[in-house]
Amino acid sequence: MSPGPFQLQMSCINAKRRVTCGDEGDGVPVERGWARHGGRSCGAGGGARVSGRDPGGGGQAGFGARHEPCGACSTDIRGLCVRMGSKEVLRDIDLHLHCGELVALAGLNGAGKSTLLRAILGEIPHTGRVLFMDKEHRRPVLPRIGYVPQRVEFDPAAPISVADLFATAVSRRPSCFGMSGALRDAVLESLGAVDAARLIDRRLGELSGGELQRVLLALSLTPPPNLLLLDEPLSGIDLAGRERFYRLVSDLRRRFDMAVVLVSHDLAAMVDFADRMIFLEGRVVCDDDPPKVWADPRVRLAFGLDLHRHGEGEGAPR
Amino acid sequence: MMDWWHAVVGGLPFEWARYAFMRNALLAIAIVSPLFSLMGALVVSQRLAFYSDAVGHSALSGLAIGLLLGLADPFWAMIGFSLLFGLAVFGLKRWSAVPVDTVIGLLMSFAVALGVVLLSRGGNFMKVGHFLVGDLLSITPEQIVRLLVLMLPATFLVLRAFNALTLASLNPSLASSRGVRVGREEVVFGLLVALAVTMNLQWVGILIINSLLILPAAAARNIARNLREYVGLAMGIGLGCSVGGLLLAYYLGTSAGATIVLVAMGVFAATAIARAILFRR
Repeated sequence: MSPGPFQLQMSCINAKRRVTCGDEGDGVPVERGWARHGGRSCGAGGGARVSGRDPGGGGQAGFGARHEPCGACSTDIRGLCVRMGSKEVLRDIDLHLHCGELVALAGLNGAGKSTLLRAILGEIPHTGRVLFMDKEHRRPVLPRIGYVPQRVEFDPAAPISVADLFATAVSRRPSCFGMSGALRDAVLESLGAVDAARLIDRRLGELSGGELQRVLLALSLTPPPNLLLLDEPLSGIDLAGRERFYRLVSDLRRRFDMAVVLVSHDLAAMVDFADRMIFLEGRVVCDDDPPKVWADPRVRLAFGLDLHRHGEGEGAPR
Repeated sequence: MMDWWHAVVGGLPFEWARYAFMRNALLAIAIVSPLFSLMGALVVSQRLAFYSDAVGHSALSGLAIGLLLGLADPFWAMIGFSLLFGLAVFGLKRWSAVPVDTVIGLLMSFAVALGVVLLSRGGNFMKVGHFLVGDLLSITPEQIVRLLVLMLPATFLVLRAFNALTLASLNPSLASSRGVRVGREEVVFGLLVALAVTMNLQWVGILIINSLLILPAAAARNIARNLREYVGLAMGIGLGCSVGGLLLAYYLGTSAGATIVLVAMGVFAATAIARAILFRR
């Protein structure tokens, strides 16, 4: 694969990144979980730190204004450590994730990739902090996080439709009471962003793997997060579906101006799509432009890349 | 309200409507069964069916303790013990290395054994019979009020947790990324289930109460395509089977609780067949 259009665009983004601009987007990171407690009006009900405006778009359909790209905001992970028993699974992780940046997280099995995501989500005990900063807030706050899990294992016969999934995640009204017309419109709009509006009344068990991942992606963008975590979202998805998903993510991170952390074993695709690649091995071993990480001897050794130098499928950028 | 109910139902041109005990039982079942089925819908999707069964059995200990303490009505002792049982299950699930079904199984055996030991020591075995199979027809208006006072807030709390629980049952990480405190919701729901099961034990019986909880939901799951249909059908099936089973029991002269369960089982079988026909590819 040659350096594709994505890499070229990416360098533009990198150049623009540090330009400051008036942040007119919502940029209202409230405590995680505002969606549950804030109801449908997107952020406004989140409590704590809402600044006057209603980012929900004043009652229109949709889940809140997008955050316009500004280059001034970022998520900071400082000194994050995770211990499990006596074993230190992650040590001193310091990462600075710019909004609009697509970061690939690579590493062998057991390197702590999923653990890192789950620690960022606050799901497992850890030390260190995860904070979001933008111009609107004097002090850093918790980022609003979107999450797409690796593979949702559920009973394929479960009577849960795509609409139910959204109602369950974003509304306070018990989803067994059905959803309001306004919410349905908003969900259709969200699904539209990933080209999945027609799936709204399908049961989750009827979706193909790729369809389900797109639905989960739409859900994670509802409301637009500051930080999107994708945990090997494409294991078991065919090549065409993967390509489509990466393109979508690459496009969306700009439209929503959010930092994206993507865990993937698809190294070759990551070199094409990501702005930055992190190689993790209990700690950050490399953190650089994807081609440089790809060329790093430690990475090549870990993934056995040189064994395949003359093989076909590994597809390093030439 | 009770007078109004008796006046209206008593006016119906059926033989059973003449008896106050039938009217009481009908009122109790009409109130409780939809709420119970709603809870059952979540029990099924949370895979807590074994837990809810075990809670029912553990009430034997609560009963024995209540009788040993000399309580005329062991109701509160049973409630208290089943809540402790629920806490023990979720505590051991979290802090032991044992799979949760094993935890439930061993705690259930413990609670039943403790109950049997205490009952045999106190010579109270004779009083246990109607708790094992239940006696719906003996329910009094005061007990209906008590049931209502406890069931309504419990249902309210269950509805409030409905979305969080559903999301957590799909994927815990997804749920916590949306601010759901998965562990806490699970425990609260588990305790509510313990409360609901135990407070209805006396009328339906330790041995079969679990079927009343999960059968309507299981039947609904066979044919529902979304959550609204699922919960709506479960509540409807629960209500229909309960009323139908009660009246059938009257005419057959059989135990009300057990007849209701058989009717519900029939409906479950019917929906399973319907599914096989409707969803055949």
